[in-house]
Order: sequence, then structure tokens, then C-alpha cells
Amino acid sequence: MTLLRANALSAFYGDFQALFDVDLGVEQGETIAIIGANGAGKTTFLRAVAGAIATKPGMVMFDGEPIGGRPPHDIVRLGIAMVPEGRRLFQSLSVEENLLLGAHSRRSGPWSLKRVYDLFPRLAELRHLPSTALSGGQQQMAAIGRALMANPRLLLCDELSLGLAPVVIRDIYGCLGTITSEGTTVVLVEQDINRALDASVRFYCFQEGRLALTAATANFDRAAITAAYFGL
Amino acid sequence: MEWLNILIQGALLGGIYALFAIGLSMSFGIMRLVNIAHGDLIVLSAYVALVVTQQTGIDPISSLVIVAPVMFAVGYAVQRGLLNHTLSGGLLPPLLVTFGISVIIQNGLLQTFGAYTQRLHEGAIETASVRIPGGIAIGVYPLVVFAVAVAGIAALQFLFYRTGLGRAFRAVSDDADTAELMGIDNRKLYALALGIAMIFTAIAGVLFAIRTIFDPAAGPIRLILAFEAVIIGGLGSMWGTLIGGVVLGVAQTIGAAIDPTWQILAGHLAFLAILIVRPSGLFPRTRD
Repeated sequence: MTLLRANALSAFYGDFQALFDVDLGVEQGETIAIIGANGAGKTTFLRAVAGAIATKPGMVMFDGEPIGGRPPHDIVRLGIAMVPEGRRLFQSLSVEENLLLGAHSRRSGPWSLKRVYDLFPRLAELRHLPSTALSGGQQQMAAIGRALMANPRLLLCDELSLGLAPVVIRDIYGCLGTITSEGTTVVLVEQDINRALDASVRFYCFQEGRLALTAATANFDRAAITAAYFGL
Repeated sequence: MEWLNILIQGALLGGIYALFAIGLSMSFGIMRLVNIAHGDLIVLSAYVALVVTQQTGIDPISSLVIVAPVMFAVGYAVQRGLLNHTLSGGLLPPLLVTFGISVIIQNGLLQTFGAYTQRLHEGAIETASVRIPGGIAIGVYPLVVFAVAVAGIAALQFLFYRTGLGRAFRAVSDDADTAELMGIDNRKLYALALGIAMIFTAIAGVLFAIRTIFDPAAGPIRLILAFEAVIIGGLGSMWGTLIGGVVLGVAQTIGAAIDPTWQILAGHLAFLAILIVRPSGLFPRTRD
């Protein structure tokens, strides 16, 4: 079953068009990757799905329903949660308060404070600290935990590896398996191509706001990706 | 002893200034709203209390049972129906809209009640006093007002730091865009915030109108006092706002002790002095 479908999705920042007729589908339970250079429209795509950028209703279909243009808080309630680029934890909230805030929409499901702390035991130790006191990797865990607290059916992850050490990135990607084993569908946006391809079944390569290439990761052609990535 | 007396009287005077400032501090802290109509909303609360006391015969403080919910509704409706539409346009549109609201309230009150000065009467408590060691007499009413300011700020601190709603308020204040992505309906939250701010404005309005005469044009000077208390205390800090009110009150009492005509001026001078020494106030909390 197709959980998320983008139909000729176009998105604008004012007069500037950031996405041009992007078609993309994500099946229930699978993990896909969206890759591309800076400014390719990856984040714009996630923001359009999450409702932070207005689109026409039919351009974004979730579980068969048109959701384009609905406000973000409605979309969270439907079961789409976002791990934003750069973590964006709330600075005046403690780690635990950040997690609790993720549960603001009160969706029921497998994820609770306890489950998040089981997944990231380090966060349990740090839970009363202000979020600003965490290292980059710990912040990323808290941001993922916060999104999970919304019990999403679809998890949007924007640049999980940004600014993190390779060993930390490996840890964080290691947790994706636990998340997807709950049946959660995941969309990864990454500049780190290898990381993204390892974790996903299929990838979409964006280039200057257009879909340049899509394929199953199992049999991808490295040269084709390079060409699509850089627009050669 | 005379100076101790001045300090105590000034600190108690600061209680009412802190009450003026709570609503302003809250709406700035959460939505970065500079509410030019704040002083007029204080005065509006006093007039609502005037009507309620005249119609029902209950005393002004009891009338808060009606005045506070009415002002909550006013705040909620103004934010939802008007100010939410100005959010995306930067700092200027909400400033202009609240300035417009200020003009409308002043002229609406003038049209309805005339330019007569009014007062609310609470009875014996207004003139009661207690003596403390050292021969200093403290007015019971200023003491009550100060206690209400402290209790009000403590209640707000509890709301902000111990409840889910407060958590959402702080999150929106930190980063409104991300808060939306986490499932918060910012517009509804802003309306609640101004509603709650107006409850404190209602309390401030009634307590102020018991100790001072008021008329439809009394708002702007309350706005300035509230602004000064907020800025002296540091933006976004509620206890700072209380200290800001106390600093203003003490400065005014000291000024008045030197020369009665200096009372108001001394408060403004203290404000300017602190602005020069510590431009972000004594206990700044809000970033950006």
C-alpha cells in the first residue's frame, strides 16, 4: 500500500520555485532516501509534506487522502513527524520536556518516554539537563526521540548526519532498525550518499528542484548517481 | 528609619507596577507582541468592573469573578480574530493594530462613560494599616496588592514550568516554526496566551482603580509604567518584572521624599539609568 505519494509536487518560497513537478511514492513500512546536493529541494520536499510550505491539496497524498496545504499541526495528528535539519531542539526546555512536547498531538502508539529511553539510554541519564547542554549526537537522538513521541506512521528525517562524527552517525543509523521494526515508514534526506543508500531500499536523487534519478538501492549504478547528483 | 520606610513603601508601590506589567511581559515573552493597547486594556478592565459593581452591588474585588473571564474572552478574541493575522508581517503590523485598538478603547470609553474621573470603592481595607517595629505604618491595601503580584507571578511560573500548556508556551517562544511541526497549533496557543495575560490585566485594572482615580485617558501612562517594569526586569523574566516594578516604585518614593513633584520623573530617570548600564535589563531571559 502506498503511504505517501507526491503528485507533480511544486513548491514555492514567495516567487522562487524550489520544486518542479516531483513524483514520488513511499510504500507502507519501507525506508527510502532522498539525496542530492545543497539546494536540490530535499528539505523543501519534506517541509511541503509536513505542511510547513503550502501546496495544492492533491499534490501530497497521505494514506490515500489529499493533505497538501493543511497546517502542520493537523498533519502531525494524521501521523507524520519530522526530525528537522539541525535538530532544532527547544532551548529553554529540558531534554525530557523536549520529548514530552513531541507527544503534544496525543497520538497513541508504541512510543512512550520509556520506549525512547530504552532506544537511547544516554538520554535517560541526561533527561533533566537543558537541551543546549547535549553534544551534537545526543541532540540528534533527542530530536529523533521527540519525533517518535508523536507515534508517527511516517517519519521524515532531515540530514541526520549533519555535523556529526562518523562513529556517532553509525550509532544513530543503527537505531533506525528498531524504529522501522514498529512498522514506521521512513524518509531519509541525506547529503551523505553512502549512509543513505545503506539504510534504504530505494532512493530518489533531486537536482535543482527536479527529480533526476530514482532506483532501487540494491542494484544502483554509482556513475549514474554521480551524474544525477551533480547534473553532469 | 525614614529611609527604611521609604524603601518599604516604594517596594509595595512596585506591586501595582508589576501587576501592570505581567500581561505585557507574557504577551511579549510568548509571541513577541508589543501590545500598545495594554494600558487601555487595564483601564477597560476597571470600567468593566465599574459596570459590574454598579449593576450587581458586589464589591470590586469580588467582581473579578466576572471581570476576569470577560477580559480573558476579550484577549482570546482579539488575538484570534485580529492579531493572528498580523503575525507573518514582522514587528510593525501588530504594533499598528494594537495602537489602533488603543485609540478605539479610549474613544469608546469616552463615548460611553464620558470624561469623568471614576473610582472603585472597596471599603475599610483602603485606609487600614498595620504597624511594624520601628514605628513604620504599612497600608494593608498596598500589602495585599503586592501579595497578589507575587502570587500571580508564582502562579504563572507554575503554569510555565510545571504544566503541558506552559511547556508548549515556552516551545513556541523558542521557535514557533518548529513548534508547529511538533503538532502545536500556534494560533490557538497565542489566543490562549493573550487570554491568560488579560486575566492578569483584569486583576491589575481592578486593584489599580481601587487606589487611584481613573478616566478613559488613563491607559497610556499605565502602559509606560508597565513597559519600564518589564524592561528594567529583563525581557521574558517574570520575577524580573516584579523586581522591575519594585525598582520603579522605590525610585518614585525616593524622588517624592526629596521633592513631591519629582515622584514620576524619578521613576523614569531610574529606568533610563538602568537602560544605560544594563540595556537588556537586570534578569534578561528572552533571546533575539
